[in-house]
Amino acid sequence: MSAWEPVIGLEIHVHLKTRTKMFCRCPIAYFEPPNTQTCPVCLAMPGSLPVPNRKAVEWTILLGLALGCEIAPRAIFHRKNYFYPDNPKGYQISQYDEPLCVDGRVVVPGSDGDSEVGIVRAHLEEDAAKTVHVGGAEGRIHGSESSLVDFNRAGTPLVEIVTAPDIRSAEQAKRFLQVLRQMVVELDISDAEMEKGSMRFDVNVSVREAGESDFRTRTELKNMNSFNFAAKGIEREIRRQVELYESGGTVVQETLHFDPGNESAPPLRSKEEAQDYRYFPEPDLVPLEPDRELVERLRGGLPELPWARIRRLEAEIGFTLAEGLVTSGRDELYSRVPGEREAVANVVMNELAATGVEPADVNAEELGKVIAARADIPRAAFAEALAASGDEGFSAERYLAESAIADVSELDPVIDRILGQNQQQVEAYRGGKEGLLGFFVGQVMKETGGKANPKVVNERVREKLKA
Amino acid sequence: MGLNRGAEGSVIDTFRLTAEEAAGLLERGEVTATELHRAYLDAAAARNDELNAYLCTVEDGAAGASGLPIAFKDVVSTKGVETTAGSKILAGYRPVFDATVAARCKDAGLSLLGKTNMDEFAMGSSTENSAYGPTHNPWDPTRVPGGSSGGSTAAVAAGLAPWALGSDTGGSIKQPAALCGVVGLRPTYGTVSRYGIVAFASSLDQIGPVTKTVRDCARLYEIIAGRDPCDTTTVELPEPVAVPEAEDLKGVRIGVPKELNEAEGIEPGVSEQVERALETARALGAEIGECRLPRSVEYGLPCYYLIAPSEASSNLARYDGVRYGLRSTPNGDVRAMYDRTRHDGFGDEPKRRIMLGTYALSAGYYEAFYGQAQRVRTMIRDEHAAAFEQFDLLVSPTSPTVAFELGARTANPLAMYAADLLTIPSNLAGLPGLSIPCGLSEGLPVGLQLIGRQFSENLLFRAGHALERALDFDYVPERYR
Repeated sequence: MSAWEPVIGLEIHVHLKTRTKMFCRCPIAYFEPPNTQTCPVCLAMPGSLPVPNRKAVEWTILLGLALGCEIAPRAIFHRKNYFYPDNPKGYQISQYDEPLCVDGRVVVPGSDGDSEVGIVRAHLEEDAAKTVHVGGAEGRIHGSESSLVDFNRAGTPLVEIVTAPDIRSAEQAKRFLQVLRQMVVELDISDAEMEKGSMRFDVNVSVREAGESDFRTRTELKNMNSFNFAAKGIEREIRRQVELYESGGTVVQETLHFDPGNESAPPLRSKEEAQDYRYFPEPDLVPLEPDRELVERLRGGLPELPWARIRRLEAEIGFTLAEGLVTSGRDELYSRVPGEREAVANVVMNELAATGVEPADVNAEELGKVIAARADIPRAAFAEALAASGDEGFSAERYLAESAIADVSELDPVIDRILGQNQQQVEAYRGGKEGLLGFFVGQVMKETGGKANPKVVNERVREKLKA
Repeated sequence: MGLNRGAEGSVIDTFRLTAEEAAGLLERGEVTATELHRAYLDAAAARNDELNAYLCTVEDGAAGASGLPIAFKDVVSTKGVETTAGSKILAGYRPVFDATVAARCKDAGLSLLGKTNMDEFAMGSSTENSAYGPTHNPWDPTRVPGGSSGGSTAAVAAGLAPWALGSDTGGSIKQPAALCGVVGLRPTYGTVSRYGIVAFASSLDQIGPVTKTVRDCARLYEIIAGRDPCDTTTVELPEPVAVPEAEDLKGVRIGVPKELNEAEGIEPGVSEQVERALETARALGAEIGECRLPRSVEYGLPCYYLIAPSEASSNLARYDGVRYGLRSTPNGDVRAMYDRTRHDGFGDEPKRRIMLGTYALSAGYYEAFYGQAQRVRTMIRDEHAAAFEQFDLLVSPTSPTVAFELGARTANPLAMYAADLLTIPSNLAGLPGLSIPCGLSEGLPVGLQLIGRQFSENLLFRAGHALERALDFDYVPERYR
């Protein structure tokens, strides 16, 4: 059997969080009653004309710069023609062969080294309206009695980012998407919330035998709105294609729609015929010619991007923690907190995250003291300190003053009692299930109301179990 | 047919009164805005049955107005007033907003008399393609008024409005102005807002004045022109509009493009009147010389009939029965509704052009058709620019013929398309063009087309005014005198 290499390309849609829509002044509001955020332009009344949203153009340039793209000196909007009730003009204003941002490149750090992903383009377009199908099964158009259209979303600005087919695994795709999402959030141009649909993506997948230079037929996975879901979908699709080739079959170019609500459901095959969108330059709009000064100002204002920060932190705390901190937006706090780096990273990434305290609110100096004293204070006090670390006037002092029960004469009777009550587990431990140590320690901590010194408890339990 | 010379005993002679004169009556308090409005409505009541120039009139249009009344071609969106673009697919559609030109007229105190008839979606050269019946030429009701702004030009010629707005894509103001013996301006592309104008071909559509005199034309242009933030293709005028005074043409270099003046199909009577006008221009001090526009004239028509239908096929996609206008509801899904609505709602000409345009934009054909047409358009622009290195104005007949008989060309779309042969090239080049009446042939008006450089409307007004004075054309149709 030969080795198969997956070839993956991504198309990511990001909703910009501008105050108003792409080509009119209607406010962007997702939870208002249907068809209340509309005007002649986004309803495509006869004679209405588009006027581009300056902020959206600026933000697309910013995003393009962050993706290492060239900003075109002259970009144009095209009309993409197709009939559907969610497309009021009968065409979508999009970009075609002269997009705003082209030829980008990002270096994606990984546990096994950096990899490069080319950005073919990033362009600006308008979103469609929302259709609701009434009377059919699960809101599908098939079998429905009628369809309703809500134009509140019609004309909201979307950036489409297209990567080169440079991605070679589902894991790499997932990581790219996570870091990209974090970048978009940090640039403050989109909520990039998957659940709200403000970020969504399509994935192109093909496989080829290792060493092959040409690409084989690809399939498109549509409707992806979670990273894990995408990773699973990609893996499943890679497997399917490999199995097809190995059993002598071929892959057919098609679009597969996943049901985000039901991950185990098989993908639906698209019945769409190949569409001819009859693209042509939008005659209602003049070309975009971004001011070079603006482009340079935006470039100069770019912060250190997540990709770079992961690589910087990786040296201190390893890839996994570095990536986790950066993609969860917690690395800024991590950098502020003094102390042993791995310990700080772990606390910031795990226990502190679990408390729900806003990283930006945390008094980092004081938190550093708490983390340094972790082994010497009761577990309960440590937890309380973390929970309070975002409060105004938070000080470590109070928690450090609490000392944990380290007195063996006080702890031993409790330990003996716990071991006595759990004979079966004791047997299992002695039979080799050493993972149960945590269970015993946990029970002792519970008995002592979290006041025992965990280090001492650990030692004593281990000793007693040895006997 | 009764001749309506204004209300009994009043000074309002709607046949003769220019907009400037009517404004004078208002200023001197001799009439009120309401009386003026009424007089034109009365004229419409008397003559519209015969002419079918108006699709609708607005009885209370003068409420709150301080100025003159005006008629709009039915492509202009008017808040609360039905706007059909001559199509059944927009029957009953009442816009919720005013087009920018309508708002500017309102701001200038003008009152809306009504909406004028037109070829459906401005596609045509005779106003016979209207879903609401053809308009008749006031000079001879058995003949067409030209088109597609035939309703506006007939209304002004017949004294049903002191002035009007038309729209011009391939010649739709200039050509009917010529056939009805009135003045029509197609402004430089980008000087008048298209916001709220029912679109035909976006890169060519322009709104412009239809008036009795060139001075009126300048005054109306002044009201509607200038940058509009709602239309990104508009620009600020480089200089203020100058209402023309001078009655000479000293120092004006006029080029006579050979191909525009010797094109096949130009009637001898038309050529005769244009030559007479050129002699007059020379007498007024103009320098006149021949120039060439060979490729513009040869390729203008085919180029136009690729670009305009391509854009139209996309612009007309919004008429789908979902949000406004006609909706036909056959059994079946949304596709069936689209098909039936568009089948029922569009007339033959829009269907023909939607098909042409859809074809020209299709994958595999785009480069050969639309792409090629855009390159030809650039060439036409360059050829005109070269001519304007030697001349300030170019002159030709506006239309190869005088008004033709109703029905004469309806069976032959190509013959109809040829009516715009002389107006299309400069339209493709984005240049302004003024048509003024310059005489009669077979008792019917002949139009003289003056083409200028981009933004040279003031020179067009100056030349048009001087010629108008010297030629002394009587714009009241003979049968109404």
